[in-house]
Amino acid sequence: VAHEASRRSAGTDRAARTPEPDDLAGGERRAPGALEAEILAILRLAQAPLSPGQVRDRLPAEPSAAQLATDPAERATAPKQLSYSTVVTIMSRLYAKGLLARQRSGRGFSYAALDDASLAASRMRQALGSEHDHSAVLSRFVSDLSTRDARLLRQLLTELDSGRTGDHG
Amino acid sequence: VTWTLYLPLVAPAVLSAAARPLAARIEPRHATWLLTAAAVALAACSTIALALLAAYAAARAPMLAAAGDYSQQVMRRGDPVSVAAGVAAALALTGAGGAVTWMFRRRARATLESYRRAARMSATDGIVVLPDADIEAYALPGLPGRIVVSTGLLACLDNRGRAALIAHESAHLSGRHHLFTSVARLAAAANPLLIPTVHAIDYTVERWADERAAAETRDRRLVATTIGRIALLSRAPSPRRAIIALGILGRCYLQSSLLLAGPVPRRVAAMLGAPPRRQAALVAICTTLVLFAAVAAVLAARDLHSLLELAEGATE
Repeated sequence: VAHEASRRSAGTDRAARTPEPDDLAGGERRAPGALEAEILAILRLAQAPLSPGQVRDRLPAEPSAAQLATDPAERATAPKQLSYSTVVTIMSRLYAKGLLARQRSGRGFSYAALDDASLAASRMRQALGSEHDHSAVLSRFVSDLSTRDARLLRQLLTELDSGRTGDHG
Repeated sequence: VTWTLYLPLVAPAVLSAAARPLAARIEPRHATWLLTAAAVALAACSTIALALLAAYAAARAPMLAAAGDYSQQVMRRGDPVSVAAGVAAALALTGAGGAVTWMFRRRARATLESYRRAARMSATDGIVVLPDADIEAYALPGLPGRIVVSTGLLACLDNRGRAALIAHESAHLSGRHHLFTSVARLAAAANPLLIPTVHAIDYTVERWADERAAAETRDRRLVATTIGRIALLSRAPSPRRAIIALGILGRCYLQSSLLLAGPVPRRVAAMLGAPPRRQAALVAICTTLVLFAAVAAVLAARDLHSLLELAEGATE
């Protein structure tokens, strides 16, 4: 319900002004971690993965409506919608932290909040480190490939495809 | 005779030099057991040799001679080890002790962490599906262990490919492969000459799981293509021109390239070949090496013991 309201206010606002690229975290009005929390909450409530644009549309504009009402002079300038790049930055930061899953959609990504089990799995992947790490006890299906190895592998697979009736196994 | 003191120290280097060819030829399960056991035995032998070298140097100290009531002259005459070598051995021994402790703590902590996390995951049939576009699959040791697969990877595979992947990962869990790699790392912490052996064991463990997957799916080619395709999907795409060049160079080039290649192409090539057979001769050679080192360590210990007895006798 809250999102419906915020989307409406954001929608009317967007028509009036163009977003500023430097408008990080909505200026000084939002606490640093607050925007991340808001975005996470929006994604948790959403039924399907959302693109950064969709998330931005669901974010409430700044500052809140109650504050706006007290100062009519400020109302004309203050309601700022976050820039698209800000939302993308924050969402990719959340992804890097292992809090979001993402999938390709068109030219960009759409993101979904992880449920608890997946969140644990994702955090663990970060905690348990890479295969070159001595503390890594998990066994990956495939290890990293060098360029040379990749070339060799393509050759092997090509041979496998072409040699289905050939001399192998 | 001094060779008994130094043979256990260089034997790990011999094992490491042979480890990769051995890993390529011996049936993977046997190779894993053999290499791990050999690594542990050789780490123990080389540690004993270091301790003996250090003991020889320590026995020369006048204080110890007085306390132990033996003749320092006899000791010095019979001593096959220079003081410098003894001191170096003592330092190496201290370093090895520290390294083993450090490695043990790291691995133990990581294993406990893995068990803890595996226990917290809700899984269906031991499989956790991670909603993620990245290509990712791994086995997480635990009681019970978990297989974690990303939706991005599952989307790239048909049912048979998924079966091969799951069979591979569950082979890691049921075989407790992390124990082999952990033990091997402890051995290499005691003697860094064993590091190439650790890499060989990492490889044989993967091959072991591959062979299990092949046995379960009854399709070696399927396992080969699944490994190869997933490995290529996991990395950024690169130009396809290289394939044509390699195609012209042909099989001979391919075979020689595999000698230097990383684990993934070698795994694929191994799956394309015939199933591995037992290689009794290679196992025997490897066992002989370990026996030589063990016998040398025992002889060296006996030498020190009889020298000490001689020195004790000289004071009476």
